[in-house]
Amino acid sequence: MIKLADVEKYFGSLHVLKNINLTVAEGEKLVIIGPSGSGKSTLIRCINALEEPNSGQVMLNNELLNKQNKTRLVRVNCAMVFQQFNLYPHMTVLKNITLAPIKLQKKSREEARVLAYKYLDLVGLREKANAYPSTLSGGQQQRIAIARALATQQKILLFDEPTSALDPEMVQEVLDVMIKLSSEKNTTMVVVTHEMGFARQVADRVIFMDDGAFVEQGEPDALFDNPQNERTKSFLSKILR
Amino acid sequence: MSNGPFALWRWARLFNDRGVFAEGLLTTLLVSALALSMALIIGVVLGLCSTSRNRILKTVARVYVEFFQNTPLVIQVFFIYNALPMIGVRWDVFTIGAVGVGVYHGAYVAEVVRAGIHSIPPGQSEASRAQGFTHLQTMWYVVLPQTIQIILPPLTNQAVNLIKNTSVLAIIAGGDLMYRADSWASNGALSYAPAYIVTGLLYFILCFPLATWARRYEERLKSRDIIHEPLEEVVEC
Repeated sequence: MIKLADVEKYFGSLHVLKNINLTVAEGEKLVIIGPSGSGKSTLIRCINALEEPNSGQVMLNNELLNKQNKTRLVRVNCAMVFQQFNLYPHMTVLKNITLAPIKLQKKSREEARVLAYKYLDLVGLREKANAYPSTLSGGQQQRIAIARALATQQKILLFDEPTSALDPEMVQEVLDVMIKLSSEKNTTMVVVTHEMGFARQVADRVIFMDDGAFVEQGEPDALFDNPQNERTKSFLSKILR
Repeated sequence: MSNGPFALWRWARLFNDRGVFAEGLLTTLLVSALALSMALIIGVVLGLCSTSRNRILKTVARVYVEFFQNTPLVIQVFFIYNALPMIGVRWDVFTIGAVGVGVYHGAYVAEVVRAGIHSIPPGQSEASRAQGFTHLQTMWYVVLPQTIQIILPPLTNQAVNLIKNTSVLAIIAGGDLMYRADSWASNGALSYAPAYIVTGLLYFILCFPLATWARRYEERLKSRDIIHEPLEEVVEC
């Protein structure tokens, strides 16, 4: 579903991604962990063309991502949830969710509305359809952002630290929604997060990244309980306290 | 009868000829409206160009803005009035006024629009691009609608400057308020003082409410935490 080959990325002289090779199977739930600045966000942003690798290839659904096709390819394959929610503040919740289905997927207003309410129900916020994002709590905004991502019905869902900007008491409500999503067999999920409990519960595979490269990967229980690499051990000991 | 510059009979005469001033005011309003529409269109297009990632578009916008911001409006108007007819471009003074003032203020509006677009958090266009919207769609659906509220005060100040600057038409016999006032005074009994005072008042009546509204609106935006500081100051013109 997702394939990265020999991906290198620099920001100026900073080498942020070092020879990344990654294959994510359809329906796989992948969690990427690592200290800040390790390149995990850049990696996930390369998958949906928000960043362009300096060299190497990114393939989505067997199609090579390039300058010409990236908008279309991202449109038909990926949806993303951001750390800062990035809801459109000038639109109601309903408009936020229906914008892409109506304008990009050419769905009728009615069709898009039905779809929007379906996902609002899923995230438990049906009653907020006509509210503006600024009137919602962080946790609610992120759940709306997830509904917005779901409404385009893509096969790949990307989550870039979806709970990092939330107050602690709101983290669980967002994780609960994401756990619910993970029961969907066909949906491919790539999640950058520090929530180890979530990773254990839903991940098929966890990758530990440090300094722009993959250090260690494996099934969550194996990686968390029995890390092999020193850097993984030291990171996990800090995170798990 | 007193012959001082402010003599009563001069005011009476002006009142009798008020139709002249009304016509001038109307012309000024029409030229302003046309020039403002043109400036807005030019400004939005160039503002988009200067925030695009295309280097050519960026350069075009930059050159345009710098050219018009750093040359006097009078030269531009004279150029259209005196030089262009030599290559067969003959416009009436009304058109010259609208076009001259419009392209000039287009440069300033472009800077306002550019600053406005830059003030929107990058996460907004990232979210939109991540949904598969193109750059133009992102601007149209997501960025520009959020920009409008923020740039309304500086845009209104531009409109005020634009109205005042239409008085440049007076030097090419443009039939605008300033021209009518001036020619009325010089053809009459040299009643310059009342003519200029009344004309100034008329401009003031047009501009002051706009400027006041812009200032209040900006304060309201600040108090509602929508903007924290006024947009980076666009040079006065």
